[in-house]
Amino acid sequence: MTMSQRTNPLHSKKAMREFAGLYNELDSTTATIGKLDALKRYFSHAQPANAAWAVYFLAGGKPRQTISTKLLRQFSTEMSGIPEWLFDECYLAVGDLAETIAHILPPPGNESCIALAVWMEERIIPLRNETPEKIRGALFGYWDELQADERFLLIKLISGGFRVGVSKLLVVRALSELSGLDIKIVSQRMMGWTDSGLQPSAMRYSSLIAPQVAFEGADPHGQPYPYPFFLAHPLQADPETLGDIRQWQAEWKYDGIRAQLVQRGGQRWLWSRGEDLITDRFPEISGISFADGTVLDGEILVWKNDRPASFAELQKRIGRKTLSSKILNELPAVFIAFDLLEHGGQDIRNAAQSERRGKLEDVVSAIGAPGLIISPVIDAHDWQALRVIRDSSRSRAVEGMMLKSVSARYGAGRTKESGVWWKWKIDPYTVDAVLIYAQKGHGRRASLYTDYTFAVWNDDLEGKRKLVPFAKAYSGLTDREIAQVDAVIRKTTVDKFGPVRSVMPTMVFEIGFEGIALSSRHKAGIAVRFPRMLRIRDDKKIDEADSLETLRGMLT
Amino acid sequence: MADLVVAKKEGLFCVPGQFYIDPWLPVERAIITHAHADHARPGHVHYLAATSGAAILKSRLGDITLDTLAYRERTVHNGVTISLYPAGHVLGSSQVRLEYKGEVWVVSGDYKLEADGTCDAFEPVACETFITESTFGLPIYRWQAQNSILDDINEWWRRNGEAGRVSVLFCYSFGKAQRILNGIDNTIGPIICHGAIETLNRVYREVGIPLPDTLSISGINDKARLRGALVLAPPSAAGSPWMRRFGDYSDAFASGWMLLRGARRRRAVDRGFVLSDHADWPGLMAAITATGARRVIVTHGHVDIMVRWLQENGFDASAFDTEYGTEEDDNVAANESIAFKESHA
Ligand SMILES: [Zn+2]
Ligand SMILES: [Zn+2]
Repeated sequence: MTMSQRTNPLHSKKAMREFAGLYNELDSTTATIGKLDALKRYFSHAQPANAAWAVYFLAGGKPRQTISTKLLRQFSTEMSGIPEWLFDECYLAVGDLAETIAHILPPPGNESCIALAVWMEERIIPLRNETPEKIRGALFGYWDELQADERFLLIKLISGGFRVGVSKLLVVRALSELSGLDIKIVSQRMMGWTDSGLQPSAMRYSSLIAPQVAFEGADPHGQPYPYPFFLAHPLQADPETLGDIRQWQAEWKYDGIRAQLVQRGGQRWLWSRGEDLITDRFPEISGISFADGTVLDGEILVWKNDRPASFAELQKRIGRKTLSSKILNELPAVFIAFDLLEHGGQDIRNAAQSERRGKLEDVVSAIGAPGLIISPVIDAHDWQALRVIRDSSRSRAVEGMMLKSVSARYGAGRTKESGVWWKWKIDPYTVDAVLIYAQKGHGRRASLYTDYTFAVWNDDLEGKRKLVPFAKAYSGLTDREIAQVDAVIRKTTVDKFGPVRSVMPTMVFEIGFEGIALSSRHKAGIAVRFPRMLRIRDDKKIDEADSLETLRGMLT
Repeated sequence: MADLVVAKKEGLFCVPGQFYIDPWLPVERAIITHAHADHARPGHVHYLAATSGAAILKSRLGDITLDTLAYRERTVHNGVTISLYPAGHVLGSSQVRLEYKGEVWVVSGDYKLEADGTCDAFEPVACETFITESTFGLPIYRWQAQNSILDDINEWWRRNGEAGRVSVLFCYSFGKAQRILNGIDNTIGPIICHGAIETLNRVYREVGIPLPDTLSISGINDKARLRGALVLAPPSAAGSPWMRRFGDYSDAFASGWMLLRGARRRRAVDRGFVLSDHADWPGLMAAITATGARRVIVTHGHVDIMVRWLQENGFDASAFDTEYGTEEDDNVAANESIAFKESHA
């Protein structure tokens, strides 16, 4: 009877409801285990077509905005029959446009239960190129079919603003536990899921959780996908604790875009760490031809006068959709290759670091392209000598060093079992923190929110992950960035205490500081010196921000 | 004719009757709409309240000089005819009807339109001037039927029980807790009440409101009995040592404020149940319309917004400044506004 149950229309009918239910659970619980349970419950009985879209959104997929917020606002005000000023008052009280609209509309008169996949494929995406009148008619109909929490979700999906506090890794974990597949297999298969060029489908979901085939991972022939990126851990102890320096490969740590360059079946793809396909953004890199079955791991930088230009210059390149020859000349990009993951069509991630390095040198030296540079290995006879070289980091425009065990395999994500990559950064110390409070600035910036309070994660006594404020910072951003952040603050305000706004945590910043000490006067139990914003980390979700544990580890 | 009721520094004052309604400073004579702390303050000389609210009022204010009126019963004071009508908010809550020289004013107190099993249901009272609360006076506030919320609570409790977890539900001690107890499916598991709630349960039971059997934590020696239990506790118990004994529990908060994500996140509980003892926006509008009043005076809550909306819809609307609550932008201490939210949940 299982089959007929699966095709029972009643079963699929509740799909949007169920996704809203999942969203609510993920949104309200801060405990990782609770989120994992909720994900497993959802995926254990979601139909593949719906599950495919759920994976897409939960893993951070962002479809283009279908309908402008201006129209959403206008049509919802019209349908609710309230004047604009009253809509504004509601928006002020709620602090989120989608949530305001969800509650302000009259109760549904014609409730439907349409599957998430049908919503996306037949109802939302086709609206993209419609006239405002058509959109208005469609929205009035859709809104009348849904409860408040489903409407909220619908508007988030339509406006491209869907966010929820789960990491991609947690989604991978849930699917791996459900399917019994190794976590590495699932994360490999999930590569490229959130790329907007590929639509989720039942077939893609089914192959995501299908039983493992014997040679999996080894023959991605013709596939565009990169491997899961192996991530480094901050080195908080002295490097001497790592033992014999000859067992370690030292390289510079660059401040660019981590990327994999994939060549298979005569085609090339360039993937960022956020798994966005950026092939077209860097023609001088994606134009370099390798043998088929080659995957390089490295860092994209703007390169000038034989050294990296600032991250801000790189951002100018990222932000551009069309590249004039002027831009290409002024801001030339290079790929600093530091690892080889696939060679001759073979997945060589399990080979030792030293062996992969040897092959990498062969591959790169065979190519003479200005856009490709091998990451130099830094030689030093002992840790002290290496430390002296590291002091030149600033003048070389790098962040410090990477230390890789010569015997390490290439892991997935932040795994440590197969060997560790350490990032040994120079001061200032840096952490990724979440903006939670904002206050207006002074003088020229008196009308903008420029003073921010940042928080990091900490487990409370009950084991719940909470954000603890640890630093205030008000410098380091450009005027344009401040204006962007200011707009988000106004949109996500949840409370006001006098001049201070408390905002929904959505933004991650890299915070740098000069020193750190224990402090009983601060809630976090530590105090940092001269904190400042180094950059906005749009590529990070709040779950990926650092923890108080990391900060405590920086205490000497 | 001069206004029958005005706002004075002590509270709402009936001029010809020379008495106050829910005053916040000590006065000679006070009519109390209900026993929530910000409406029923200590220190007045004479109190008047609904008969059904007498026991609660005395349990909270101690030995006061209290006259009571049954709902709809009339009494005349200084020429003003006073009668009380059910407000449906909590046990003994009243709307105050004042009639003087043929003119009728009604002071709503706090009210809710949907009936529940723990108090007399709200009854519209015809009047010329209606003084209304506006705690949830924004069109975003629209409640689901009580039964569907109670179903959600039952299901959450049942599922926690199946996972061997305790369910801790935070709710205001007076009114909300008893309403939940009265409506919940008590076959799911044992129910434990915090002392602050149990004190009020006793009063409810004495006046004949049916509440299921409840346990106190000190009465449980065998820890295994806690598994699958529902614990009702006031919000102030959150994070206190009292909570530690429940081990791995799931927590939730029952309040109208739980409608919004921001409020749920600030509470940092696993679940928010949108269960309010106040009228939602449609309820406020329905209540106002049902009185037939042309003049409406708005008190605590979203005062300015309701006044403007009512004016645009043809009412003679204005505001009374009261100290029952505070508005968001008043810059008052945050904890005061939290206290208000808890008593107006
Ligand atoms: Zn009340
Ligand atoms: Zn009140």
